[in-house]
Amino acid sequence: MTVDTRQNLTLRQWMTTEEVTNGRQAFVQKVYWGAVGFLQNPLALIGLAVIVVLLLVAAFAPLIATHDPLAQDLGAALQPPSAAHYFGTDELGRDIFSRIVFGSRITLYIVMLVSVIVGPIGMAVGMTAGYFGGWTDKVLMRVTDIFLSFPSLVLALAFAAALGPGLENAVIAIALTAWPPIARLARAETMTIRSSDFIAAATLQGAGSIRILRHYIFPLCLPSVIVRITLNMAGIILTAAGLGFLGLGAQPPAPEWGAMTSAGRRFMLDSWWVVTMPGSAILIVSLAFNLFGDGLRDFLDPRHGR
Amino acid sequence: MSMIDVRKLSLDLGEGVRRRQILNDISLSVEAGDSFGLVGESGSGKSTVLRCIAGLYRHWTGEISIDGQTFASADRMGWCRKVQMVFQDPYGSLHPKHKIDTILSEPLRIHGFKDIDRRVSQILTQVGLGPRFRYRFPHQLSGGQRQRVAIARALILEPKILLLDEPTSALDVSIQAEILNLFSDLREQLDLTYLLVSHDLAVIDHMCSNLAVMRSGSVVESLSREQMVHGGATERYTNTLLRASEKYDRELVDELAAAS
Repeated sequence: MTVDTRQNLTLRQWMTTEEVTNGRQAFVQKVYWGAVGFLQNPLALIGLAVIVVLLLVAAFAPLIATHDPLAQDLGAALQPPSAAHYFGTDELGRDIFSRIVFGSRITLYIVMLVSVIVGPIGMAVGMTAGYFGGWTDKVLMRVTDIFLSFPSLVLALAFAAALGPGLENAVIAIALTAWPPIARLARAETMTIRSSDFIAAATLQGAGSIRILRHYIFPLCLPSVIVRITLNMAGIILTAAGLGFLGLGAQPPAPEWGAMTSAGRRFMLDSWWVVTMPGSAILIVSLAFNLFGDGLRDFLDPRHGR
Repeated sequence: MSMIDVRKLSLDLGEGVRRRQILNDISLSVEAGDSFGLVGESGSGKSTVLRCIAGLYRHWTGEISIDGQTFASADRMGWCRKVQMVFQDPYGSLHPKHKIDTILSEPLRIHGFKDIDRRVSQILTQVGLGPRFRYRFPHQLSGGQRQRVAIARALILEPKILLLDEPTSALDVSIQAEILNLFSDLREQLDLTYLLVSHDLAVIDHMCSNLAVMRSGSVVESLSREQMVHGGATERYTNTLLRASEKYDRELVDELAAAS
């Protein structure tokens, strides 16, 4: 049924023709036009490129790193950048380039884990509150307000005191304070969608609440939530680095970028590279996530769609 | 026996100090196969009556029955199969991320139909859209084409009654005529009963054999099309409305403003 009989069409024509013959072609066309728009945004492409590089570096860290990130060599402490050590060495003689390469794994681990926790929780709470309204909305939103009023760093301090410092506790602390903005966004989106005629039409056709939330509201909320989470990723990286800087995130000798910056600040005046290299890594990756998020908004948001 | 029977329908919306009565003791009945018009100025509650009949508002008082069955005693899914609605704005009534195919097959899936594929292509042909529209998204269609999709969606569950909420007022004049003719054809083919809301008396004149005039939540007068055309309206407001539809008149505007 999905076999296209018009064999003389090239792939490009098939993706742009007005004559759509099946659902798969419609989907491919949508992706094609979105991708065309995305490719015309150079900043978003730079962001995407940096993120791809980050993913590759994290995946192939053992192949890319020139040294063992944990191996100390006190004889070669605080060496400036050179051919032997691309980014120099820190106060214990560890190769900073290798530590940054391995540190990308920790950064990605935190970002992914927080996003995976925050997205579903935020959307579930926000969509439920926005769609049902009334008491459900009031209760859920007050809970959201309570979580929103926790300062994430202070909450992380409390977690560190209660559970001991560590990467997992940092992730929990960040996630607990990162979902309320997502919930508010999903609620606001849901409330504008809820009163539209196509929801009334779906109700008239006998669709239940769960069906309406899943098939009608979810696909319209998803793009803005994805964009918001992507833009949040920069903030997550910075918070994680801040926690590392305070000694509450990844524990030494793990090569976490924030912790590396913190350890290097004592030698900042004599050995600039110890702070600058991990600091630049944080800057570049956060910026890349922001640029990518902005490009993604143009790509995904239905209000900008063609 | 009448197809739609509404008795003493009243509805309040809002809470506390902002609570307002939207509908006040509305009664009307529509015979099977008839096309009944509801006219009135903006805010007179015409669309609200349709939404009550469709079941989108549930907290009204009074009695609504369809085909001899009251709303209170009917099951919701059965009600859906009998009454469907076409909305005013074809841009807002179709889900922007659903393909036409999805829009039309969702109701069939909800009600457990088996031959979804055949029904979807049949209904598309019936409303004058070819099968080539099936895998398009709403934003790739014009206003008239979208309204045809909305009509197809309303008809796909094979209802007996279509509630039409100003179905042509968002379309330009040439498309309006096409859509109105489509409605007339469909009514003959499928034995439908229409309840049409409009502020355009020409549309009502073209489509309906009976009509009711509404004003601030009440029915002012019910009359047949012949009475309307031949000056048989007895209420002053109805006559003002009829005169207003003929030409723009400064005095009439002042009169309407003073009356309200």
